[in-house]
Amino acid sequence: MNSLSKRRTLPGFTPTLTATLLWLAILVLIPLATLFWTAAQLDASTFWQVVTSPRAVAAYKLTFGVALLAALANGVGGFLLAWVLVRHPFPGRNVVDAMLDIPFALPTAVAGLAFATLCSANGWLGRGLALLGIHAANNRLAIWVVLTYVSLPFVVRTLQPVIEDLGTEADQAAASLGASRWQTFAWVLAPQLLPALLTGMALAFARAVGEYGSVVFVSGNIPYRTEIIPLVILGHLESYHFAEAASVAVVMLLASFMVNGAINLLARWSRRHA
Amino acid sequence: MTITIESITKRFNGYVAVDRVSLTIPDGKLVALLGPSGSGKTTLLRVIAGLEVPDEGAVSMNGVDVTHTPARLRNIGFVFQHYALFKHMTVFDNIAFPLKVRKRSVEEQRALVNDLLKLVRLEGFGQRYPSQLSGGQRQRVALARALAAKPKVMLLDEPFGALDAKVRQELRQWLRRLHQEMSITSLFVTHDQEEALELADRIVVMNHGRVEQEGTPEDLFEHPKTPFVMSFLGDVNIFHGRVEQGQTVIHHDPAAVAPSVTETKAVRAYARPHELDIDRTPRDERSLPAKVRHVNTAGATVKVELLLRDGHTTVQAYLGRERYQELKLQPGEEVYVVPRQLRIFVDEDDEAPTA
Repeated sequence: MNSLSKRRTLPGFTPTLTATLLWLAILVLIPLATLFWTAAQLDASTFWQVVTSPRAVAAYKLTFGVALLAALANGVGGFLLAWVLVRHPFPGRNVVDAMLDIPFALPTAVAGLAFATLCSANGWLGRGLALLGIHAANNRLAIWVVLTYVSLPFVVRTLQPVIEDLGTEADQAAASLGASRWQTFAWVLAPQLLPALLTGMALAFARAVGEYGSVVFVSGNIPYRTEIIPLVILGHLESYHFAEAASVAVVMLLASFMVNGAINLLARWSRRHA
Repeated sequence: MTITIESITKRFNGYVAVDRVSLTIPDGKLVALLGPSGSGKTTLLRVIAGLEVPDEGAVSMNGVDVTHTPARLRNIGFVFQHYALFKHMTVFDNIAFPLKVRKRSVEEQRALVNDLLKLVRLEGFGQRYPSQLSGGQRQRVALARALAAKPKVMLLDEPFGALDAKVRQELRQWLRRLHQEMSITSLFVTHDQEEALELADRIVVMNHGRVEQEGTPEDLFEHPKTPFVMSFLGDVNIFHGRVEQGQTVIHHDPAAVAPSVTETKAVRAYARPHELDIDRTPRDERSLPAKVRHVNTAGATVKVELLLRDGHTTVQAYLGRERYQELKLQPGEEVYVVPRQLRIFVDEDDEAPTA
């Protein structure tokens, strides 16, 4: 049963495993443990008080709520983009495809600044929106816009290979069997794409929850109104309340663990008939 | 349902996949579209199904023009080469799909699907997923699903292409029986001449997007109109020769009469391996001297490989076991090959049959 002492075909198992664990420990495990350690300096009731303070709660609601809305928006928009990119070859498709990586590659601060300029009361977009009575600067709408932007590639990149893999044979089979387009979509395509779509949305959500760089430029950072969790943590830090900062961070960490677990479950579910 | 195809042309980016094909599929018949890959047979099948729109020409079913009718309204059963089963659905749900889209009641769906599962001998497999089935079982699910909506026409794209030899043989016989019972007009695509000869009532041989010849298996096998059909339907030996004074001469020995060709012309003479006989002594002027190279006695017939005296033409002859016992051929022996039948085609003019 001792699988470590079993003779292996590939040499170098022990050094590679050691290196891997060491790397993981330095980069992930030790920093996270430190976080819990620091938070543990507070006693239970103080910890509870800190993490449930009205300002923190408002920030949770804002961060998770807007991140969820951004994930939903990308669920729709990203699905359409992925579908069009795979199914409908058009001139310049490669350019559009490459542009999708911009939110990954561009520093988020740059994106934040760009949106701030664009959506401010005298920016290109802001002026137009103002005529419609919509204000997209220093408010939640602005946060939603930048979070949707930074999390855009996740849904598209998760769906693309799945749509490619699906091919067109299933639709053709459905058509030959008498199904209308809507029936084909609802009963044949959607069920096969749903796991990937949800996985992409979960990844987008996780990314949006952690976003900081672009949000601070557009949100105005008004406590209770447009202050996201990372800013609450920063606030504690700036007043040298390290334990308080770590406590809020622990809450965020646990939340992202849950999202991570959900993503893994979704991935397993999506492979069930493979 | 009689299917009439009139001068169908289909191009893909300038490549002509189907070139002015006209064809009639008679009601209730099992017809094979036979040809090498790239001959346009699958494209033609997809045009009939409505999965491709032809660039020119028309398809009609029982006299009704369906050229621009979408696939879902044609009431055809299409079996895809790789089955195209819905892998997120159970076998039951796959077969029930055409009934579900037609909004049949749940009881009706259940009754019909159970009948079909019995028909394809997959009772008890209803709750499995396609990934849990073997290739042959998936194929039968695909057939059952295609049959569920009681189509007037069945179209099958390389139905047995992805199966191993034994399963393929079983499914062939089963499909043949099924067709006899249900007598749905059926058209299947294959590149396997044996499959076409064994299964089909009629065979359409395609090459380079066009129909080479169409007819019953016997017709095509015995009276091929082109060298292509001759060599595609079964093994052939090719003898090079020429026509002199109305006589075909192979290697200076007169072999057969080609009455329609009068002038001296290079020709190729085709004989199937079972149409060759082997003698120890020359029988008549048609006997070709040859040397035995290899004898394969495994199988129903004895396969003899010979080299003609010209030194480079290899010939295959299939002998009956009894004839082989008489001759007791050994590799290296000098013998004479006699073609009992030859089909003569003039070189560089594939359209002129003369046998």
